[in-house]
Amino acid sequence: MNTAITVASRRGFLKSAGALMVGFSLAGGTRRLLAQNPIDPTGLVDATQVDSWISIAADESITAYSGKIEFGQGFSTVQTQLIAEELSVPLSRIKLIFGDTGFTPDQGVTSGSQSTVTEFRPGGLRQALDTARDALFELASQELDAPASQLTVRNGVFSVKGGDPSNQVSYGQLLQGKRFNLTLSNSTVPKDPKDYTVLGTSVPRIDLPPKVTGQFQYVQHVRLTGMLHGKVVRPPAVGAKVVSVDRSSVAGLPGKIQVVVKNDFVGVVADTEWNAIQAAKALTVTWSGGDALPDQNTLYTWMQQQSSADSFTVNSGDTDQTLMRAARSVTAQYLYPFQMHGALASSCAVADVQGGTGSSATAKIWSATQGVYPQRDSVALTLGIPKANVRVIFVEGSGCYGLNGNDSVSFDAALLSQAVGQPVRVQYSRKDEMTSGESFGPARVANLSAGVNDGGQLIAWIFEGWSLEKGNRPDAETPGNIISGALAGFPTPPLVPSAATPPTTFSNNGNAAASYLTGGVPGNPPRGTGTIASEKVLNHTIASPFFTGPLRSPDRLQNTFANESFMDEVAAAVAADPVQYRLRHLNDPRLSAVLNAAANAASWETRPSPKPGNPKTGIVTGRGVSCVLYEGNNGYSAMVAEVSVDQSTGTITVTRLVASQDSGPVSNPDGLRNQMEGGALQGLSRALREEVDWSAASSTITSLDWRTYPVLEFGDPLPAIVTVVLNPLDVPALGAGECTITTVAAAVGNAVFDATGVRLRQAPFTPARVLAAMRRGAFGQDRPFKR
Amino acid sequence: MASITLTVNGSPYSADVDPATPLLYVLQDDLRLNGPKFGCGLAQCGACTVLLDGVPIRSCVTPMSKADGHSVTTIEGLGSVDNPHPIQTAFITEQAVHCGFCISGPMLYGKAFIDKQPNATEAEITQALKGLLCRCYAHTRMIKALVRYAGESA
Repeated sequence: MNTAITVASRRGFLKSAGALMVGFSLAGGTRRLLAQNPIDPTGLVDATQVDSWISIAADESITAYSGKIEFGQGFSTVQTQLIAEELSVPLSRIKLIFGDTGFTPDQGVTSGSQSTVTEFRPGGLRQALDTARDALFELASQELDAPASQLTVRNGVFSVKGGDPSNQVSYGQLLQGKRFNLTLSNSTVPKDPKDYTVLGTSVPRIDLPPKVTGQFQYVQHVRLTGMLHGKVVRPPAVGAKVVSVDRSSVAGLPGKIQVVVKNDFVGVVADTEWNAIQAAKALTVTWSGGDALPDQNTLYTWMQQQSSADSFTVNSGDTDQTLMRAARSVTAQYLYPFQMHGALASSCAVADVQGGTGSSATAKIWSATQGVYPQRDSVALTLGIPKANVRVIFVEGSGCYGLNGNDSVSFDAALLSQAVGQPVRVQYSRKDEMTSGESFGPARVANLSAGVNDGGQLIAWIFEGWSLEKGNRPDAETPGNIISGALAGFPTPPLVPSAATPPTTFSNNGNAAASYLTGGVPGNPPRGTGTIASEKVLNHTIASPFFTGPLRSPDRLQNTFANESFMDEVAAAVAADPVQYRLRHLNDPRLSAVLNAAANAASWETRPSPKPGNPKTGIVTGRGVSCVLYEGNNGYSAMVAEVSVDQSTGTITVTRLVASQDSGPVSNPDGLRNQMEGGALQGLSRALREEVDWSAASSTITSLDWRTYPVLEFGDPLPAIVTVVLNPLDVPALGAGECTITTVAAAVGNAVFDATGVRLRQAPFTPARVLAAMRRGAFGQDRPFKR
Repeated sequence: MASITLTVNGSPYSADVDPATPLLYVLQDDLRLNGPKFGCGLAQCGACTVLLDGVPIRSCVTPMSKADGHSVTTIEGLGSVDNPHPIQTAFITEQAVHCGFCISGPMLYGKAFIDKQPNATEAEITQALKGLLCRCYAHTRMIKALVRYAGESA
């Protein structure tokens, strides 16, 4: 089998790097030669071993293996910087391999702004590099006959400080192509960020030259000899089942058409993509009716009436009493719709399943999945093939932002390939992707109440939220977590209603607890970022009518929209400046600093909202702010939005977004700014435009292309974007990819309030909703409606 | 089936295909080009953009019959990693990409417009990209890259 994409084996990599012959150990300070342990063909890469992460060849080239993948956010460049930094070698000497079961360490899923955190903390790439570096120092000490403390290393070459400059030895010379045979050491010390020379600099993205010249091979470009093209035929209505499939309906079509049916999974395979498309269109399938869907116009009421799985983030137990003695209370409800990942690429995957099913069958899958190991395990169950016989190879797709169709389409390709016994490429249509490929970001209702004392200080805060769930990322037990697995007959685990129990620890992973709460849990020190001790945060999860999954800043964005809009409402109720009022209720200096940084960069004018003197007609301007500690512990950010609002049309034009961020020591400043800029605009698209629509009458999702799922496009007015990056060096590196997007909707809504005196409590802020809010006036609650 | 002849990035190509086949599939599957990409298949996003006789078109909805006898340029035809076109250099200089999947749209619509109007303003360049999508939202930098290219072309 030839592949156009060169996917060499790890053994091949190591052989070509010259490092597979014998090993050595530093035990006892002598070089002990050991027999080579071949990489386990079952794909169990031992992440506690340095050799699982790093290989240095006799020609000085360095190959690193990582479980954290690239999908357009620049993390392959950052990982290369990390390797260059810790090993003191040039970037050009490094080859990085990521996301290949059996060849790269299992680091789960690349998601949740966890890549930097994972690779920089113990157990990650950095610890492997530092263990390797320390071993090299030890070897060089013996070779150069000088204490390790007297050695200096530059470009992978050791010399003795103040010694004969010709007395040198290189990594390649020391290792002679051998393995390290070392366990990751807990006593290594990473390089101090203050001494960084490669990290902390704006190294240009290593993947851009091939991407801008069309030479980069995405998963769409995996081309195998004998590869056929498959198309899925999905139920027209949500939840519809196959009644019958009329194979004769495609009998006369060109392209050697094969029809594949497995429970409710239906697909066609043909020799070319075009022939497959024609066959998928022509295939006559009789389907049952679809599921009963809630009416979109009354979704948010319906959500609050369903039985739910409940949990407390925090509950001090005294909020009702505190509210009773408050000088003033404020309540409001915030509504956030189902949204899509809406990846630019309709998802695509290639699978090559040989031998059908059972212990001798094998499968190779080329996929843009965020998690090669979970997909391997899940596909193995789906196909009935031992997972040791399944290899999943990550190949980059378009930016995905979470659980889009990349896993579903990989299952589809695998099912079709298994059925026809040849490699099959599946490229979704846009409708496949949007209506029956990806898993949506769930809608949310958030009911908020707060009490303030005579001095205007917040003394109580109650959050009660409703979200929805159906499936999630697939894993070894749950292929039915995504649509393809469910169609093929694997059950989607049902949501089990349960009562909330008192929390035993404070975790604000979903950002349901506003930044202004203490996060007090009995027996624990307060771990929140705020000062409000009378606090209750109750989360309800109900069964979703649609498949759901993580979408960039999952729940964090929805909750931050509610919390940060509500904080603004309370500030306005007591006629306080929105920035100053936030600062009054924060006790985390880093969150205060990032908020001040955004305000200063925006030349924030200190005064209460709404802006005095704005007329009630015509175009008015205003500014709004929001801030968050992402996931309660994973990146500080703040946003100031400046808007103009045309009060006759309800159109919001965002003129400037000022984003600030503190994610600890910055690995690549320009890369971080690029992510912040993208997050700002993507957040704007979600705040202003994006909402999944459906018809309960026909049980169909009616957002099926870019006309029916409108997003921010080129040609739309763009705000100026200002990024402010704080760079504290004496703290751990935190996540960065999802901070900015989390703050946009609230900042924009708050700016609209500043401009108009009208509060937006339902996203997206379409002109129709802005006009309705203006008719309703400043203080009433929205009547939710489909846009 | 019909015999169709076209020039792709300067090289002649002829094929016996269903004339309704979209040009994109021939470029991607038969000619193994990676520049024009399938995004939506509906001419709604621009990831499949190529130049047909110098004019940007959506190859996902352009049947082979319409390309017959014409000259197609993809972003591979502009330059290479070793010898990038100035517009490609501008995108690299501005680090104007996240995932890069959309790149054919902004680059080729931008190039076609700026080559005709080298003195175009930023606002005019932005409008020339109307109807294209980038879901990573690298818009600001892509426009900067095009303004840079225009400045170098003028």
